[in-house]
Amino acid sequence: MTETVSRATSCTVACAEVWRDAGEVMASPFGTIPALGARLARATFSPDLVLTDGEAALMAGTAPLGAGPDAYTLEATMTYRRVFDVVWSGRRHIMMMASQVDRFGNQNISAIGPPDRPKVQLVGCRGGPGNSVNHPTSYWVPDHSPRTFIDTVDVVCGVGYDRATAAGPGALRFHDVRRVVSNLGVFDFGGEGHSMRLVSVHPGVALADVVAATAFPLAIDGDVPETRRPTDAELALLDELDPRGAREREVKS
Amino acid sequence: MADKRVSADEVVGELRSGMTIGIGGWGSRRKPMSLVRALCRSDLTDLTLVSYGGPDVGLLCATGKVTRVVCGFVTLDSVPLDPHWRAARQEGRVALTEFDEGLVYLGLQAAAWRVPFLPSRAGLGADLVARNKDLRTIDSPYSDGPYADGADAGASFVAMPALRLDAALVHANRADTAGNAQLLSPDPFFDELFLGAADRRFVSAEEVVEAGTLAEHGPISSVSIHRMLVDGVVAAPGGAHFTACLPEYGRDEAFQRAYVKSAADPESWAAFRNRFVDVDDDGYRRAVAETVEETA
Repeated sequence: MTETVSRATSCTVACAEVWRDAGEVMASPFGTIPALGARLARATFSPDLVLTDGEAALMAGTAPLGAGPDAYTLEATMTYRRVFDVVWSGRRHIMMMASQVDRFGNQNISAIGPPDRPKVQLVGCRGGPGNSVNHPTSYWVPDHSPRTFIDTVDVVCGVGYDRATAAGPGALRFHDVRRVVSNLGVFDFGGEGHSMRLVSVHPGVALADVVAATAFPLAIDGDVPETRRPTDAELALLDELDPRGAREREVKS
Repeated sequence: MADKRVSADEVVGELRSGMTIGIGGWGSRRKPMSLVRALCRSDLTDLTLVSYGGPDVGLLCATGKVTRVVCGFVTLDSVPLDPHWRAARQEGRVALTEFDEGLVYLGLQAAAWRVPFLPSRAGLGADLVARNKDLRTIDSPYSDGPYADGADAGASFVAMPALRLDAALVHANRADTAGNAQLLSPDPFFDELFLGAADRRFVSAEEVVEAGTLAEHGPISSVSIHRMLVDGVVAAPGGAHFTACLPEYGRDEAFQRAYVKSAADPESWAAFRNRFVDVDDDGYRRAVAETVEETA
């Protein structure tokens, strides 16, 4: 296993793995690499995944990234109002981005700094609060650093394990923050008290680099494996699904 | 049947400073931009906006009309962040009441149904609840009996308050003079609920046709806004520009980039405002056409 694999490709495979065994649920990926990962999962090991066209419908078949409406057919309507029916029914696994994520999986995409006058106003909490307490939720962080993997997020948007526990059974019943994929590795919440645990490091990344880029202590169980490399068939599929190499622009090797 | 046609200025005349105004559409899609510009030109101030926020929020913040925004996000879709909104927030000019975007839906629905709240899990554990002293949670009243669910025993839920609006503004593909409106774009968003939640309800449309003739222009299911929800109809061809209004037109990405650049410094904003905001609709269309020629 010495052949080179680009970092973006490793991230894509790691994102695809998030939807393994997901069954017939809506995959809602944010970011280029999660979008490609969801397509890869559907084209291979998770054929029942449901994908939207990014507008208001579900997309039949697995179209390449950036393909126009001529490249696929639609299978059903999925307006935003209906998306909430899916969210609150639990038949969804979203991969949101996180400007900050902490040790227990709290996510921030709202603002950096004090709430009344933030230093940086971001997009807003969007559906993070509702997603994280209703269905499996994972996060994608393309720029892993002590500023993104942070001790305490400035605004809790997506709810982590500590906050869900404190909020009680209404929050906990369907709470399932599943994984975090960054440009350095893959993480879950199998550490003590549902704290973040390192699952794998991407090929070419040193364990020490992951630890140094994380502001809080990571749970590390024994020898940490390398993130799975793509199969030849997957690499061929990625050429079809990402013909212009858009993933390489989101994460540099 | 009443003829509900009004002008944009007549719509503004129905509004007062301090009101809570709901704006339809989503992000940079099917926003009632013609009516938004009319608000920007008015002497109204101290408005609270409820919106699935896009450049409607940015423009109204940049023109000093807004003191509070109630939303789950503000985005331009193809441009993730609206720089005018960011500046207003980062300079402390505009307050934010942040809700999960699904809670905004429930708040509008509660107002439209005339109930004080609707329950949800969304928000439990999040800072939108922890930091909003006006927002309450409620224990399930069904601890036993046929409606009890043992797994939710002892559970609290967010009691999303009704988001009552003094007025709502939405943009449709087509309306009739009686106030029925047709949405032909792929997503009707929450426009119907914005209207249902409001005391004064206004629809601008690409085209206004004779009452009762909308079914000639598309399937009856596309006429999803009925006249009981509408007080006034404004003819506004191109009225959602530069946001998308499918199938008539997509988002004007070049113009949106110009809007983004206008936030770079006070001079850029003054020039943009003078050319594209402080003008009537005819002047706006002329200015946009000239811009297209300049960049062609």
